[in-house]
Amino acid sequence: MTVIIGLEIHCQLTTKTKLFCGCSTDYRNDPPNTHTCPICLGLPGSLPSLNRRAVEYALRVAKALNCTVLEEAEFARKNYFYPDLPKGFQITMYDRPLAVDGYLEIEADDGTEKRIRITRVHMEEDPGRLVHVGSGDRPRYSLVDYNRSGIPLIEIVTDPDLRSPKEARRFINTMRTTLEYLGVFDGDREGGLRVDANISMEGGSRVEVKNISSYKGVEKALMFEITRQRNVIRRGLSVERETRHFLEARGVTTSARSKEEEHDYRYFPEPDLRPLRVREWCEAIVLPELPAARRVRFAEAFGVSPSHARTLCGELKLADFFEEVAVCGDPILAATWVADTLLGEIYYRDLEIARVPAGHLVELLELLSKKEITDKGGVEVLRTILDQSARGEVAETPAAIVARLNLGKAATDAFGPVIREVVESCPAAVQDFRNGKPEALNYLVGQAMKRTRGRADPKELARMIREAIGEKGVTG
Amino acid sequence: MKAQAAIAGDDPFNAFITRCEGKPAGTGRLAGMMVAVKDNISTCGIPTSCGSKILEGYTPPYNAHVVDLILSEGAVIAGKTNMDEFGMGSSTENSAFGPTKNPADPSRVPGGSSGGSAAAVAAGMVPMALGSDTGGSIRCPAAFCGIVGLKPSYGRVSRYGLVAYANSLEQIGPLAKTVSDVSLLMEVISRYDPRDSTMHDRLFTPRLTGEVKGLRIGVPAEFFGAGVDPAVAGSVREAIGVMEEMGACVVPCSMPSMAYALAAYYVTCTSEASSNLARFDGVRYGASDDIRKPWHDAFREVRAKGFGEEVRRRILLGTFALSAGYYGKYYAKAQAARRNVSGDFARIFRDVDVIAGPTMPTVAFRIGEKTDPLSMYLSDILTVPANLAGIPALSVPCGKVGGLPVGLQIMGKPFEDEQVLDVAYAYEQGVRD
Amino acid sequence: MVSPDDVEKIANLADIRLSRERLGEFTREFNAILDYFNILDTVREEARERRGEFNIMREDEITASLPQGEVLALPRDAEDGFIRAPRVME
Repeated sequence: MTVIIGLEIHCQLTTKTKLFCGCSTDYRNDPPNTHTCPICLGLPGSLPSLNRRAVEYALRVAKALNCTVLEEAEFARKNYFYPDLPKGFQITMYDRPLAVDGYLEIEADDGTEKRIRITRVHMEEDPGRLVHVGSGDRPRYSLVDYNRSGIPLIEIVTDPDLRSPKEARRFINTMRTTLEYLGVFDGDREGGLRVDANISMEGGSRVEVKNISSYKGVEKALMFEITRQRNVIRRGLSVERETRHFLEARGVTTSARSKEEEHDYRYFPEPDLRPLRVREWCEAIVLPELPAARRVRFAEAFGVSPSHARTLCGELKLADFFEEVAVCGDPILAATWVADTLLGEIYYRDLEIARVPAGHLVELLELLSKKEITDKGGVEVLRTILDQSARGEVAETPAAIVARLNLGKAATDAFGPVIREVVESCPAAVQDFRNGKPEALNYLVGQAMKRTRGRADPKELARMIREAIGEKGVTG
Repeated sequence: MKAQAAIAGDDPFNAFITRCEGKPAGTGRLAGMMVAVKDNISTCGIPTSCGSKILEGYTPPYNAHVVDLILSEGAVIAGKTNMDEFGMGSSTENSAFGPTKNPADPSRVPGGSSGGSAAAVAAGMVPMALGSDTGGSIRCPAAFCGIVGLKPSYGRVSRYGLVAYANSLEQIGPLAKTVSDVSLLMEVISRYDPRDSTMHDRLFTPRLTGEVKGLRIGVPAEFFGAGVDPAVAGSVREAIGVMEEMGACVVPCSMPSMAYALAAYYVTCTSEASSNLARFDGVRYGASDDIRKPWHDAFREVRAKGFGEEVRRRILLGTFALSAGYYGKYYAKAQAARRNVSGDFARIFRDVDVIAGPTMPTVAFRIGEKTDPLSMYLSDILTVPANLAGIPALSVPCGKVGGLPVGLQIMGKPFEDEQVLDVAYAYEQGVRD
Repeated sequence: MVSPDDVEKIANLADIRLSRERLGEFTREFNAILDYFNILDTVREEARERRGEFNIMREDEITASLPQGEVLALPRDAEDGFIRAPRVME
């Protein structure tokens, strides 16, 4: 059964101030209702004043998504009543959005490139934030924080071109990365990206799923919906056209029918704002380097493999970090270490790439490149640096760590005599190994570990023992 | 801005909702002058009610731009004046604080919705006042009370701080006993404010020459039509005659769009109002309800208790006009009608400098006399065209009928407020002699 | 022409309560006004001229927000810096 999916993505723009007033947008670590003013509180008599940078950012997005900018864009009022909506209407765009008819290329399920069409791009303001007091089933009252009210949002609506939850997730990741590269979005800001999904099984009614606030959530919600809809169809019933809410914690969608009878939003043009004529402005915009172009440059300038390039360019800050450390002289080595090793280690520690000292990485890569430490040693140095960074300490330099933990080549060279001693003093084990008993090697390694007081890498010792045994030739 | 303490005092016409005692603030073009401010204009630290129960207890934490301007020129706020609730009305009978009485005859209405401001000036309580005009709300009370009131060109005075009723139609404007006082107050309040995106940056340069030689005055037939009281019409024609004697020439003309101007006005203002008044839910300020109720129940209760009947009526009309399926029939058509009204004015103004006629079809009616809402709306017929087109319009007293004041309305080209004031000044000086 | 039921539906949409006793008379007054509005049907759309101003914007500069104390002085109920509102069903 064909699955048809369309998405509506809302992203917070990283302007300094809100969309219609000068309140700072940096509210996340501050107490409630400390980033508000008469305008974003909707006090009687207040008037909205449009943020130029928000328009610039929105135009960057429209251009990057290959959209056609309308000759005249117009803000409109969407009227409904809710405690987090101070004016009793949201200023958005309706009949005349900013831009239409664009596309974003993503990797399809079969690995080929696929174009997902963008229906429209427009701007609107975020409402405030509601907190419910009382338990889920029996709420007593609500608490409202208007710090978020008025934050600039860009809304991106796709045509129903997506065909699977995985594809949807890939689309959102690609979109997110593109927005970061444009400098208009920060993926680290919690709640900065929200998704509504529309899904139907071929020929069936369209179900809208709202309130998805994480990338993984999109895939989960859509997978649940597909299963749910399949079950409905299997029972011989037809899927109802409705709006559902995604409950992230339980991984299910629930019907929102009782709350969402067809809303009549009574849209009309916002009389307090002037229309926008921004075609020329958009044409003059020079876009920064986008992910696809950066991948190509990584391949050409640094020789990075396509797979590594895709990983490294998948996040703006990661790509920037890679370029910083690629100066170590061996960019391919750097690519391997950053994409394959470092990435896993920072996810594990929930550490942001921005807190990893790039200079230390460069030094580490140089040591590895000159073979002054082993790969295992390198990993240990890296983990030490990351643990220290995660604790907020200034990390030791790789040289210092190598010296302290005795990971240097010199140290490993020092094990030579130990190896020879072990091989000489355990002829029986050596013979067992030559006769094909691998556990004998473990015994020998164990003996060597004892003598080196665990400072040596067991794999390294095993290698050296094998070498030593080999040198001696077959005895007996 | 420091809060000004509210005081009680003699207010026989119920012109004020809140009275203030302010220290004379110092120097400036309005040094020491007491100015009354309509209660839909935000004043920091002074309760602002818009004539409504729903804003009970609301004290704005900021000043409207015009308030900052008059204070910076040394004015003293005398108090907040009574008005039809949220500006909805032409008689100041729709106030939660009781009607204001006309100082010319206390059994009659002072006009509305800026009735309190007009009465305060007419009664000599203050020399000047600020009002707002959405469909005639400055000019109507000016005419009924026998004083001067100006509705500036749309975009000439900042609306920042004016509690919105109909954003695309309204302006704050000055009221006073003389044209030169109105001009002075206009000069102060018209300074540019970038916070109002609908405002133009046009410096107001007062020009009171009193000279009307060669002035071409358009007189549209529709302004003297069936609904206008013959005595009022006569008074106004006489006033125009005075200006002819001073050298002006009268040019008869016609405005066919007058046929639907009033409908266009009421569709527009009720639609915008239905949206503007949605914010009054009692959550962030104002009268609230039992917090233990669910949201929609509480919201409905707050609005049922807090809004008067006329406000509720207009919200429903506007909600209906904007609702699915009706937008094209009502709101969109109303905007087309507005463009036609603007077009008619533009056509006439190619040939004349100003347009003159009566401000109101009648003199002040008795308090409680007009009970039918539609008949109340019809009294706005002569004032709404200027709001629809955004042109400047002023009312200056031109005699009495049955002892009650009559207003002469003078309208001008967009942004030619200075000329409108000058013509009014000429007339005022002309009759003085 | 709208019926009292229609008026109630509009009142629901606008979240305004109308008393049952007044509903009949209110509907009559409402209809008289709507009837008056019908004159707009005769308005012919002239070519829409694009007049007026465009692109009125401000710079992305931070201005002072209201202190939390001033914001919380306005509502009846505040709690831990939040403003209290009636419950919404989730």
